[in-house]
Amino acid sequence: MLCCACKEKPATVHLTQIVGDKMQKLDLCEDCAKLKGVNDPTSFSLADADVLFGLGASQEIEQAAGTETKCPHCGFTQADFKKSGRLGCPECYTTFAEGLEGLLKSMHKGIRHIGKVPEPLRESREKADRLKLLQKRLAKAIDDENFEQAASLRDEIKHLGSRGSGLNVT
Amino acid sequence: MDIHKFLTPPWETAQRHGPHDRIVMSSRVRLARNLKDAAFPGWAKKPERIRIFDLVRPAVESLPEMKDAFSEAMDNLSALDKQILVERHLISREHAARSTGSGLVMSRDELFCVMINEEDHLRMQALRPGLQLRQAWSAIDLLDSELEQKLPYAFSNELGYLTACPTNLGTGIRVSAMLHLPGLVLAEQINPIIQSVNKLGLAVRGLYGEGTEALGNVFQVSNQMTLGENELTIVERLDKVLSQIIEHEENARQTLMEKKPKVVYNHIGRAFGILANAHSISSKETMNLLSLMRLGVDLGLFPGMERALVDELFILTQPAHLQRSLSDKLSPEERDLVRADMMRDRLKNVSRPMVKRLEPPTGLDKSAN
Repeated sequence: MLCCACKEKPATVHLTQIVGDKMQKLDLCEDCAKLKGVNDPTSFSLADADVLFGLGASQEIEQAAGTETKCPHCGFTQADFKKSGRLGCPECYTTFAEGLEGLLKSMHKGIRHIGKVPEPLRESREKADRLKLLQKRLAKAIDDENFEQAASLRDEIKHLGSRGSGLNVT
Repeated sequence: MDIHKFLTPPWETAQRHGPHDRIVMSSRVRLARNLKDAAFPGWAKKPERIRIFDLVRPAVESLPEMKDAFSEAMDNLSALDKQILVERHLISREHAARSTGSGLVMSRDELFCVMINEEDHLRMQALRPGLQLRQAWSAIDLLDSELEQKLPYAFSNELGYLTACPTNLGTGIRVSAMLHLPGLVLAEQINPIIQSVNKLGLAVRGLYGEGTEALGNVFQVSNQMTLGENELTIVERLDKVLSQIIEHEENARQTLMEKKPKVVYNHIGRAFGILANAHSISSKETMNLLSLMRLGVDLGLFPGMERALVDELFILTQPAHLQRSLSDKLSPEERDLVRADMMRDRLKNVSRPMVKRLEPPTGLDKSAN
C-alpha cells in the first residue's frame, strides 16, 4: 500500500477512527507521518487528517474557492492551507468563508458559535443578534403588508443602530 | 529561573489527590485564544511572533493566578528541560519543538499553564488531579475572563474564538482526562468501549507511545467538536461519559477477580518480579509493568505500599527525568541499566504481592467518592 500523502513510499503508519457512522482511514509513510505530526498521538486526531490531507470534506474548500484566493490581510493562500491545515490569521475566516463552511459542517456540531463571548464584545454581539431578529421580523411584516408593525420595527432598528458605536460584525 | 528548582518534586506531585483518582489520573481543560489583527504563530514571521510574545507575556504574568509564576522564553530552555515539561504534561510536544518567539507561564502550583505562541497565540490550561472537569473549567474560565480585559481577542459573532486550526474554532475548548484502565485492557473490553466513546464524538487515544498503542494502559479521552455547543455542555457530556467508563473499569476489575483471579495474580506477580529484580529495563516495559503494580495496589495486593510510589516511579523513569538525575549524557541502553537499578532500589522494601486478599475487594469501594 502506498502512502496516501506523497503516493511514493510504502505506507507504514495506519490510523483508523470512527466518529458517528463515519469511518476514516489514513495510511502514511514514515516521512509524511513525521512531517504532518502524526507520530505524536497526543496531539493528532483524524479530524485533523481531513484538514491535513484534503481528504473527504476538505475537498470542498478547493471547489468552492476555485482559483487562488489570497487573504488581503496576511497573504495566506488556499495552497498554504492545504499544506499546513492551519489558517494564516483571524481574517482568513472571512476570506475563505465560503470554502470553509462545508469543512466546518463536517467537523463540528453546528456552524454558529454558542458559548462564551468576551465581555468587552458582549454588548455588541447582543445588539447584532437583536438587530438581525428585528430585520427578519420587519421583512415578514412587509410581506404580510402589516405596515403599522413594519413602521414600529423600522423605528426600533433605527434606534438600536444609533446607540453606541458601530456594529462589530465579522 | 531554574525550572528544576521551580517544579514540584515527583514524590510530591504523586501525592496530589482528587475524586476517583484510582482511575482518573488528571482532568484538564484547555482554551485556545488569539489576538485580533495578527497572524497566527505558524504563519507569522519571527519579528511578529516576538512582538506578540512581548505583548502577551506581561499580560499573563500580571494575572493573580500567576503570582510567583515560572515564566520563560522557549529559547532559554534546554532540550532536556522541555522534555521534562512534556513528561509532566505541562506543555505539548509541539510546543517543546518551538524556540524564539514562544514561551510559557506556569503558576506556582502548576495547576495553570499558559503556552504562548504554540499553534495559537495563547493555549491556556487548567489541570486538576482526579475527576474535576467542572472545577478545571471554572478555573480556566476565570483566568480567561481576566485576560480578555487585557488583550484584544480575535472573536467573531458568528464563529466565536478564531483559531489557527478550524478544528478548535468556536469555543476553542479541549476538555480531557487521563484514565488508567488496566481492568478493561486485561478483560479485553477496551476496544468496544473506545468505539462507543468515539461514536459520541469524543476521541480516545493512548497517552504514551506511538500510534494507537497505549503504554501503561493510560488513555486520554477528549472532546473533538468545539463549535455549535457551549463549553458547559461539552464539559458535562465528557463528565458523564467518564463516569460510565469508571463504572465499566470497576466492573471489569471486579469480574476479573471473581472469574479469573489467577490471571490477575499472574500479571501482577510477574510485573513485581521483573521490576524488583531486573538489571536492564526500557521505559516502555517499565510503564506497562508499573501499570499492573498500580492495579495491584488498587486491589489491595500490596498492603503498606502507597499508590503514590507507583505514580512517582511513573514520572521518574521516563527518559528525560531519568537523564536529569544523572550527570553524564547516557545512551538509551545505559539508561535502561540505570532505570533498573533505580527500580530495584525503590522496590526493595516492598513485599511481594499477596494472593489472598485481607480486605473486601476495593473494587466495591465507592467511599472514595
